[in-house]
Amino acid sequence: MHSIGYRANALLTFAVTILALMCAIVSLSDNLNSPSPTSQVQVLNINWFQKKPDGDDEVSLTLNISANLQSLFTWNTKQVFVFVAAEYETPKNALNQVSLWDGIIPSKEQAKFWIHTTNKYRFVDQGSNLRGRDFNLTLHWHVMPKTGKMFADKIVMSGYRLPEAYR
Amino acid sequence: MGWVGEAVESIKSFKIRKALNEAITLGVIISTALIVWKALVCITGSESPVVVVLSGSMEPGFKRGDILFLHMSKDPIRSGEIVVFNIDGRPVPIVHRVIKVHERKDTGDVNVLTKGDANPMDDRGLYAPGQRWLEQHHIMGRAVGFLPYVGWMTIIMTEKPIVKYVLIGALGLLVITSKD
Repeated sequence: MHSIGYRANALLTFAVTILALMCAIVSLSDNLNSPSPTSQVQVLNINWFQKKPDGDDEVSLTLNISANLQSLFTWNTKQVFVFVAAEYETPKNALNQVSLWDGIIPSKEQAKFWIHTTNKYRFVDQGSNLRGRDFNLTLHWHVMPKTGKMFADKIVMSGYRLPEAYR
Repeated sequence: MGWVGEAVESIKSFKIRKALNEAITLGVIISTALIVWKALVCITGSESPVVVVLSGSMEPGFKRGDILFLHMSKDPIRSGEIVVFNIDGRPVPIVHRVIKVHERKDTGDVNVLTKGDANPMDDRGLYAPGQRWLEQHHIMGRAVGFLPYVGWMTIIMTEKPIVKYVLIGALGLLVITSKD
């Protein structure tokens, strides 16, 4: 009844149960945080704008991205993945989401940043619909926890428009 | 002579009972595990609700040996989500982030492009030859939860089968020799 094996088993079971419970509580505590991030994105320049040989439009932008995501960080946050996507509608597609830039923020100290960059991923349309196209720039974030549930949300910034002619 | 035979019978039946009892206990454990797994499949709507991360392509977010909980809801796929997908001709599913989405207006079909956070290039090189986009049927689920390190046991047991046999042997021995 009180052999080494039974005691070891009981101890292990208890330890694992407590660990699982603590992980669950820590993950639940993330819900108490109500973040209020802010962001601003400016399109500084259209570097070039053309129709590729296969018929798809492609544009290159220079962006100025500034954001303050410090309020997203809690004690259970491992990192925040942040990205800026261009979102627009075309006659064929109800939604196009094209990621332009992304970054990984490892700590709260680095969560207030600004960056001046060209698009890291190619801004290519499915087809030739980009001339004079209105689009939104959306800053998305994806909070990756040390353990438990992941959170994601976004800030939509509207009122951007691509030029009428290739350049 | 009669009482000896009776005694032998009683000992035999006792042993059989004990063996049956242990077999039933084992059966209950196995069926409970199966019930829990199948219930998870039903609740999450994903054919494999828990996956172990096998590569470092999503570091530093997910490391090898972490486990992810998947969910397959009716919600359309959006960029930024971490999805698990199957590629024709690849035995192991991949866990990567969606970076581009094009959703058709008339049919609602989606074209999705993915990339691992730690990879410099998008996943077109990993897809089947000539495949440019993932579609809904490739996607097994999206990651909603995360637990570190727990998957290491699985990785060790798949890559070093001897550990698995030793473990099963030791457990079996424990069951046989234990006297409760």
